[in-house]
Amino acid sequence: MSTLEIRDLHVSVETPEGAKQILRGVDLSVSSGQTHAIMGPNGSGKSTLAYSIAGHPKYEVTSGEVLLDGEDVLAMTVDERARAGLFLAMQYPVEVAGVTVSNFLRTAKTAIDGKAPALRQWVGDVRTAMENLRMDPVFAERNVNEGFSGGEKKRHEILQMELLSPKFAVLDETDSGLDVDALRVVSEGVNRVKSTTDVGVLLITHYTRILNYITPDFVHVFVDGRVAEQGGPELAERLEAEGYDRYLVGSN
Amino acid sequence: MSTTTTETTDNTGLSTDHSRAVADGAHTHGQGTVPEKSRGDRATSFALADFPLPTGREEDWRFSPVGRFQGLFGGVLTGVAPQVEITGDPAVTIERVGHDDPRLGAAGAPGDRLAATAWESFAEALVITVPSNHVMTGETLVTITGTDTPPAAQHILIVAESLSEGVVVLDHRGSAELAQTVEIQVEDGASLRVVSVQDWDAGAVHASSHRAVIGRDATLRHVVITLGGDVVRITPEAAFTAPGGEVEMNGLYFADAGQHQEHRLFVDHAVPNCRSRVTYKGALQGDGAHSVWIGDVLIRKEAEGTDTYELNRNLVLTDGARADSVPNLEIETGEIEGAGHASATGRFDDEQLFYLRSRGIPEAAARRLVVRGFFAEMISKIGVQSVQDRLLAAIDAELDIVMGQLIGTDDLDEADVIAAVESGVVK
Repeated sequence: MSTLEIRDLHVSVETPEGAKQILRGVDLSVSSGQTHAIMGPNGSGKSTLAYSIAGHPKYEVTSGEVLLDGEDVLAMTVDERARAGLFLAMQYPVEVAGVTVSNFLRTAKTAIDGKAPALRQWVGDVRTAMENLRMDPVFAERNVNEGFSGGEKKRHEILQMELLSPKFAVLDETDSGLDVDALRVVSEGVNRVKSTTDVGVLLITHYTRILNYITPDFVHVFVDGRVAEQGGPELAERLEAEGYDRYLVGSN
Repeated sequence: MSTTTTETTDNTGLSTDHSRAVADGAHTHGQGTVPEKSRGDRATSFALADFPLPTGREEDWRFSPVGRFQGLFGGVLTGVAPQVEITGDPAVTIERVGHDDPRLGAAGAPGDRLAATAWESFAEALVITVPSNHVMTGETLVTITGTDTPPAAQHILIVAESLSEGVVVLDHRGSAELAQTVEIQVEDGASLRVVSVQDWDAGAVHASSHRAVIGRDATLRHVVITLGGDVVRITPEAAFTAPGGEVEMNGLYFADAGQHQEHRLFVDHAVPNCRSRVTYKGALQGDGAHSVWIGDVLIRKEAEGTDTYELNRNLVLTDGARADSVPNLEIETGEIEGAGHASATGRFDDEQLFYLRSRGIPEAAARRLVVRGFFAEMISKIGVQSVQDRLLAAIDAELDIVMGQLIGTDDLDEADVIAAVESGVVK
């Protein structure tokens, strides 16, 4: 049983016009096995939260804490955070020329586990995970994210989540750019990891449609860098019907 | 630049007369200090006296640190050439011949001051011949070891006789100030791979003119790998003498602080239906690391059906390094299969680094993964396993210079991760 705690998190980002405050005091606590949906309009700070947890250098934490089982995540390097059990499925995964998916996955697995995986077991695990995500085996020999379609990139992110078995996974708009079939396949992947491990999930999304496939335990509505409202799955249904307008009016 | 074109040998069977280049009448020739309009107009000569001392303002010297070549600029060089040791297929003949051997000079005249210096200075040439119809087993390895003697010249001629297949590796080590010529003749229907590795110690100054002629339906695969030395300037030139020829010129370089690595290529399409591919990739790191890539391709009026593409990519890993890259494509006929070029110089991508590190991969291993990935396709083009292995080790050692302080300080045994990186990129 693990806990990811975010306390009064303030984050700014460097812009040509100077530092811009994005997160203005976020409090959030996620336990193993829970799924929290983070919803909100564009520009409300959802992705900033995701990248701040992962440690992207562009985002500066000006105050607050992120604790993983009491350990100070903000003091860790990007790769230390991943090895501590955090995973970020990115909205825009990066191409790495000349590095095959298979080599990348094995290198990451070795880094996360601190030792090379037993080869036979590993090859089988990769093959099964790829089959489950309806990925062609030749995919493994392609270069990381090079020439991938939007759907392939997202499947590849969830493939990593399955194989790296994080304690907590932050899924940053994993549903964006997916057609209905791809959305289902990717959602099934997330649900598989949820059912076979004790992963806690922070599901960041603008739209409610992915919540038809992945049922959240909690829904948090982000507005202007803060949690404006939170509740159970019924809150998502209300957003589906009403949109974000009432929060935006309220914040003006 | 002088426009004098001097023919000092009559045994070449090749003309250094470039009058054909004016056949289209669309351009004038350089006169006096006016630079030549076409790469094909550049004067070549076997006479050192025809090349004035470069000042650094000339087109073909403007990227070079002329001052660092002073040891080779003085005139005819008298130092002892680096030691040569040869191993490999016993069917390949190895000869040491005098300057007057009629086979020498057949691949064309020198195109710059240092190439002419190399031609006038060498006492004895090494001739490596793959006999007609012979298919080599393994490679002929020529180890050239500099012993820090006064500035010297060296001449090597590699001949692949008709319908032969072979691989010759020139491996430069130690330290030297060397003006060198490597002549390459690929006769009709032959297939030759030449790999030149510049793995000099610090202090080496190396100028080398590679001049290749490719016969009917012949193939040359030419690979240049430059890692060591202070100043290295290599000018590979390839000319087709009959239709159906193919040349693939690949290069890979890694420049560290203070190193100057220059590669100037010229592919001369003067006959129809030949194909050329030029691909050079380099990484740079550290203060004053400087790479220069010039890729000249000339498709003459006669060269219908030409298919050519040249590409240069540079990866700048740290501040303070500089990559110059100039592709030049001249096309004098529209009747070609294809002609293209591309050049790109990019910085190490922090988003790539973030992506890999967000998967737990420590920074040192992540950088290794990216740089190995950058070079991966080139490494597989080398075609000689021992050189590929050595190169991978050299790249890792280069990266360790910058990343050394990070190795072993992480909270895991990095050896396993690095082993995973190493086992995967090139198989």
